[in-house]
Amino acid sequence: MNLTWTTAARVLAQLRFDRRTIVLILVLPCLLLGLIAWMFRGTPVLDQFGPMLVGLFPLIVMFLVTSVATLRERQSGTLERLMTTPLGKGDFVAGYAIAFATLALVQALVVVGFATAVGMDVAGPMWLVIVVALLDAVLGSCLGLAASALARTEFQAVQMMPAIIFPQLITCGLIMPRDQMPELLEWLSRVFPLTYAVEAMQDLAAGAEWVDVRGAVAVIIMFIVGAVVLGVSTLRRRTP
Amino acid sequence: MMNNASVPDGGAPAAAVRVRGLGVVRGGREVLHGIDVDVPERQVVGLLGPSGSGKTTLMRAIVGVQDRVTGELTVLGEPAGSPGLRHRVGYVTQDASVYKDLTVTQNLGYFARLAGVPASATREAVAKAVATVDLGGHERQRVGTLSGGELSRVSLAAALVGEPELLVLDEPTVGLDPVLRRDLWDTFRRLAAGGRTLLVSSHVMDEATRCDRLLLLREGALVADTTPDELMRTTGAPDPERAFLALVERASAGEVQPR
Ligand SMILES: Nc1ncnc2c1ncn2[C@@H]1O[C@H](COP(=O)(O)OP(=O)(O)OP(=O)(O)O)[C@@H](O)[C@H]1O
Ligand SMILES: [Mg+2]
Repeated sequence: MNLTWTTAARVLAQLRFDRRTIVLILVLPCLLLGLIAWMFRGTPVLDQFGPMLVGLFPLIVMFLVTSVATLRERQSGTLERLMTTPLGKGDFVAGYAIAFATLALVQALVVVGFATAVGMDVAGPMWLVIVVALLDAVLGSCLGLAASALARTEFQAVQMMPAIIFPQLITCGLIMPRDQMPELLEWLSRVFPLTYAVEAMQDLAAGAEWVDVRGAVAVIIMFIVGAVVLGVSTLRRRTP
Repeated sequence: MMNNASVPDGGAPAAAVRVRGLGVVRGGREVLHGIDVDVPERQVVGLLGPSGSGKTTLMRAIVGVQDRVTGELTVLGEPAGSPGLRHRVGYVTQDASVYKDLTVTQNLGYFARLAGVPASATREAVAKAVATVDLGGHERQRVGTLSGGELSRVSLAAALVGEPELLVLDEPTVGLDPVLRRDLWDTFRRLAAGGRTLLVSSHVMDEATRCDRLLLLREGALVADTTPDELMRTTGAPDPERAFLALVERASAGEVQPR
């Protein structure tokens, strides 16, 4: 457990030097939200879709950042070296997850704060929006951890993004309400985590309370745990 | 000195690494085959061989990160790769494997903690490792901005900082000037005198003379397990470089090899 925190601290120390990643994580989602607020000024669009975007952007950004960061570790030879030390595979994955969750918390606060500042009005409780946004970001980074195991190069890691995120985007209910989709797609959307993230945010925008979204939150947490388990099990001490 | 149970004859020093019938398959090809060798405790053992002969692969097998290894491989009395060995064995990869975006101190501090150095002793351990590889003055520099030789020394220091019993060093002196190389070999000798075992691969044949024993690999097979003196005597060559060439050529000609 100790080595988990040591590793999380090391990853955070690396990120502190990485201005571009910090900008990508904190500034870009705000910029995009700002554009939408401006585009639809005077309409309730931001109130309806703002919460979903507040959940969505962090998930995508964290997916990208985490998959590239862990892939870099594989390629630089440091992972090979780490695998000869007492550091457990669980320590490694949890260390990364904690570091990026810390960043995700900052991100959720900044992005939700900014969205409120540009006029997003959420009917449900704001703290829940922050919690769901945080969980989405953590989910994104855990999926990124798991996906990086499948990639061999940074280019492949970036390609994972459309392959894993886009199908979820299409079926999550953002483009078309899920009850209007063909039944097969509706079923498919049920196995994707993004569906639950968007659903929770939609409900919160419409005035839902904790009891209404706790089911979706539980599913998101299950997906986070699943992604961490997948990340640990795809990590190999011995490589060809 | 305690005698290792795996070495029955009382006279020979105990083996830190014992290899019997080792084979490794990489990319569908058998890149190491039929390797039998002992790395004696408290010695500096050189691992030599042409590029692609399997030096890195053998080292990866010993530190327990190589997949598809067959045969018997015992390290410090335990099967290679056992969890109990991970704080007793230090490995330096051929290419520097440290975090380029962290400072020297941050890197060494992290690896010290991983090796089990308590937080209170980390600063001291880091300072000691920095001094050993002669990087004083660069402590707060980001590793990515160091010169090539400095970078490889940080990578070496990251293994030294935990003071492991067995050090497996893959070409640690590549790209270093003669003075630094000599100093590092002095360090290796001192570590061995202090009771540690070192397996060091190298391309620089002059360095072979500073080893207690030499292992020569060629095309995945061990062609010699000898001492520097014996190597010079059996080949009759005037210097280690030519002795090595003579051995490799003899092996190509299919002669029986001195063991
Ligand atoms: N990941 C891999 N997949 C397939 N073959 C590999 C892999 N890594 C190495 N090999 C092959 O295994 C053989 C031994 O490689 P190894 O890296 O152990 O050589 P080496 O003696 O360390 O060479 P060098 O002195 O150039 O570092 C080589 O023929 C190499 O092509
Ligand atoms: Mg090599």
